[in-house]
Amino acid sequence: MADKITVGHVHMSGCTGCLVSFADNYEGLLTILDKYADLVYCLTLADVRHIPEMDVALVEGSVCIQDHIAVEEIIETRKNAKIVVALGACACYGNITRFARGGQQNQPQHESYLPIGDLIDVDVYIPGCAPTPQQIRNVCVMAYLLLKGNDEQKALAGAYLTPLMNLAKAGTEACGCDVMYNVINQGLCMGCGSCAAACPVRAITMVYGKPQVERDLCIKCGACYAQCPRSFFSFDVVNQYEGIIDAIDAALQP
Amino acid sequence: MVLGNYKQVIAARSTDAEILRGSQDGGIVTQLFAYALDAGIIDGAIVAGPSDEPFKPEPMVATTREELLASRGTRYSISPNMSLIKEVTRSYGLDKVGVVGTPCQIQALRKGQLYPVGLRDVPDKIALAIGIFCMENFPYQSIIQLVEDHGATALENVSKLDIGKGKFWIYTERGATVQIPLKVTHKYEQPGCHVCLDYVSNLADISTGSVGTPDGWSTVFVRSANGDDIWAKAIAAGAFETKPIDSVKPGIELVTKLATEKITKNQQYIEDRKTKFTVGKELRNPYI
Repeated sequence: MADKITVGHVHMSGCTGCLVSFADNYEGLLTILDKYADLVYCLTLADVRHIPEMDVALVEGSVCIQDHIAVEEIIETRKNAKIVVALGACACYGNITRFARGGQQNQPQHESYLPIGDLIDVDVYIPGCAPTPQQIRNVCVMAYLLLKGNDEQKALAGAYLTPLMNLAKAGTEACGCDVMYNVINQGLCMGCGSCAAACPVRAITMVYGKPQVERDLCIKCGACYAQCPRSFFSFDVVNQYEGIIDAIDAALQP
Repeated sequence: MVLGNYKQVIAARSTDAEILRGSQDGGIVTQLFAYALDAGIIDGAIVAGPSDEPFKPEPMVATTREELLASRGTRYSISPNMSLIKEVTRSYGLDKVGVVGTPCQIQALRKGQLYPVGLRDVPDKIALAIGIFCMENFPYQSIIQLVEDHGATALENVSKLDIGKGKFWIYTERGATVQIPLKVTHKYEQPGCHVCLDYVSNLADISTGSVGTPDGWSTVFVRSANGDDIWAKAIAAGAFETKPIDSVKPGIELVTKLATEKITKNQQYIEDRKTKFTVGKELRNPYI
């Protein structure tokens, strides 16, 4: 199809779990590749060796600043992509690579890792460790509508992606502490428990209706805060939930 | 828009005497889940179950009628039902999930379906979301304070708590009734409730509450296409007795009035957070 967008998967210091999550859309991924997107770069799946131009770069992993090839690749990615998406918690927030401190064979000087947003401008965040297949799917469909849709579809896609773009503007640090700093301490927590459900390592329990964060378990992925309905909540988007879910389902029909 | 989108609003109550015996109002939530469980529409539901402490709710996955019955009645304290929304699709193995929640919890659910950051496979497994009306909620310590101090009643002797007709009502097992003016309860409200802009669970499939209908009945909003479908089937199965909402007192006008009051007051508080707490700064506003 002529009006497909071009998408690349760029693998920095990640674990490929983000790509597996993308693949875990099963037939949905095949439909996306059939109708909406050409995968122009992905070392795991295709034999293109160098980062080409692309509409959307899905970047997973953080950047080791002692690895000059990694630094060159993230800069190259920004130059070659219209939209840079930080896919997953490592790219967004550093995640487990925040705990890296070098001293291991056979690159003991590989000790400093930064989320990609500390080296280049990032347009959209998809947090989560792993990010969910459904969130990646939604962003792909919305990115297609933003670039190729009619005016109405562009407006919807813009509204949908705005919170994920705002997360990208908000910074590169995340922690279970975010639900303390930005929700409880701000007088916004109402005890729904979303943060506890979202945490991949069960570091959050609800004690007398409020989040209790076990910070030594937290891997700094940012899922709790992003999932919290009192981090961002757009009535414009969420009030249309039926229509949006139906539209995404329809878009993914083979 | 203070009442959200809906296809119909009716007065209803369960036709099941056993459900009504322990229900807060018309037994709508328990009856709908019990029907949906029987009909295979859901294979379980996240509800506010009992806990070790009296009137302290604990989120629970109910997969039987008995478990649903055990969760009847309003607890007026925080039950973090969303905390189970992923686990219910994991170790519990449910494919068709029912969930009941306050307006904020239904908002959290819909956000989770549209932006599932840490909720893999949850979005597609939500089969029935029932919302309850909610003016505000209370931390558990507040309930102890209200019942035991202001109400001079031991919490373990209480059979039912209710907020209605401008009062906080305490009913005991031995038949005593204590009432506390709502004015007294305000300082005990959960602060996070003061930025809430939803009274009647606008984003639920079906939402229900006490206000608008006589004692023993509930006001029911049927909202989504999914909710409409399930409600029609439940009516056809004889699960509910209904009356047109304009045939009952005080009716939809009171619901609209209270919804407007809540939203107006809380919108003002959100505005105040931008100007009245700070100099050159703003407290954070989650709504974009």
